[in-house]
Order: sequence, then structure tokens, then C-alpha cells
Amino acid sequence: MNVNLKYFASIREAIGQGAESVATQAITLKTLREELIARGGVYAEVLAHGRAVRMALNQDLCDESAVLSDGCEVAFFPPVTGG
Amino acid sequence: MSFTVSIQTQDFDVSQEIAALRAGDARVGAVCSFLGTVRERNDGSAVASMELEHYPGMTEKSISAMMDEARKRFDIFAARVIHRVGLLHPEDQIVFVAVTSAHRGESFKACEFLMDYLKTQAPFWKKEVTPEGSRWVDARVSDDHALARWGIQASNSAV
Repeated sequence: MNVNLKYFASIREAIGQGAESVATQAITLKTLREELIARGGVYAEVLAHGRAVRMALNQDLCDESAVLSDGCEVAFFPPVTGG
Repeated sequence: MSFTVSIQTQDFDVSQEIAALRAGDARVGAVCSFLGTVRERNDGSAVASMELEHYPGMTEKSISAMMDEARKRFDIFAARVIHRVGLLHPEDQIVFVAVTSAHRGESFKACEFLMDYLKTQAPFWKKEVTPEGSRWVDARVSDDHALARWGIQASNSAV
């Protein structure tokens, strides 16, 4: 299936783009994140487990157990600092 | 006017917003509002300017969800949230929350609840320009604690 990825703030800057579409076999967000980490380089660095990374599935905050579906939107970003 | 959210680059007029929020609703006996502005110093550095980024779509969705939660918890008639994005400077207005109710207690509480919720759940990020260079602002544990007072566990600032 295809998943639309979005990156924001420091993660977007490090990766060098704000969005990309990827084909994946991942069932959960955890597996998808691991696939991205396996790319190495900056992906491995900014998405590493133990880093403060927040995730959203279809624009709702979620954790790594979230189940993906074809065409879904997944976002990775640092802790929020609005207000 | 009921419950509305605006994410915008342009400034806003607090008096106009409050007048519009309570217009035509004679049940209202209390209006409570909060205005957040850009400080000239943060974490020990002078702030020349800041850039506010957000997640279009999710921002509006998350703030609408907070308003739904506020309506369940408090006896309020209307609420308005405005959050600016883009380039801002010290003294600029950033965020505005206003709530109406019959008596002050409900709108005081709802206004604080909405701000506490927004600080840890709405997808905004600040990047400051200081004499030492640009830096992304760190999330604060105190903001998670503020939301916890309402019985909502947040771990926005956690690793």
C-alpha cells in the first residue's frame, strides 16, 4: 500500500523535505518507522527510538501501535510548542 | 458565532473578536479571554523574531476537538481561538482564546483549559532567531503538568 508521509519543524529541516509518498508492507506505524530508520543517514538519526518524536495518523496524535491503511497520512514531528 | 478556529498570518483585533463572540447572545454574563504575545527574551536569549510553523488540517482538527471537550466539561456558550503562524516579532500577538458563559467561573475555567490543551496537543512549532543563531523552541514539562491538572495525561515534552 501507499502511505503519505509528512514531516514538520526540526524533522522536516533535517530530512530536507516536508512530504513524500512511500510504498510499504508495514501494518503498524512502528514497522513503518523502522523501515524509514533502515534507510540510514538522517532518517535513522531523526526518527531513532529514544528521540522525542511525535506521530499522527490521519491528523490525530497516535502511538506506534496505530494500524496503517492504504492512502493514509502519517506525520512525524517533534514535541509541539505553540501558544 | 459559536465555536470557531482561525489559523492566520495576519494580526487580529481583540475588541472586535470579543464583540463578535458575544453579539446577539443575551444569555452571556461573562467573557473570559487570553492573549499570548511574543516575549523579547526566552531561555536566557534575546529573541529578534520567530517563525511559527503548523500542520494545516491537523491544527484545525485538534483545536475543534479541544473545543468539543471544553463544551462537555463547562457550561459555556461560545468560544473563539485564533493562532497566528509565520514570521512574528516581540510584542506581536500570537494566540487568542475567548469564551462566553452566564457566570465568570465557567468561562475562566474553559479559557484556561483550552490554553493548557493547545500548548501540548495542537501541532505548532516555534523557531526563534537569537544572537546565537536560529533554534527550535523546546517543549516544557510544565505545560504537560498544566494539562494534567484537568485529568488529561500529556507526554508532549517526554523523550
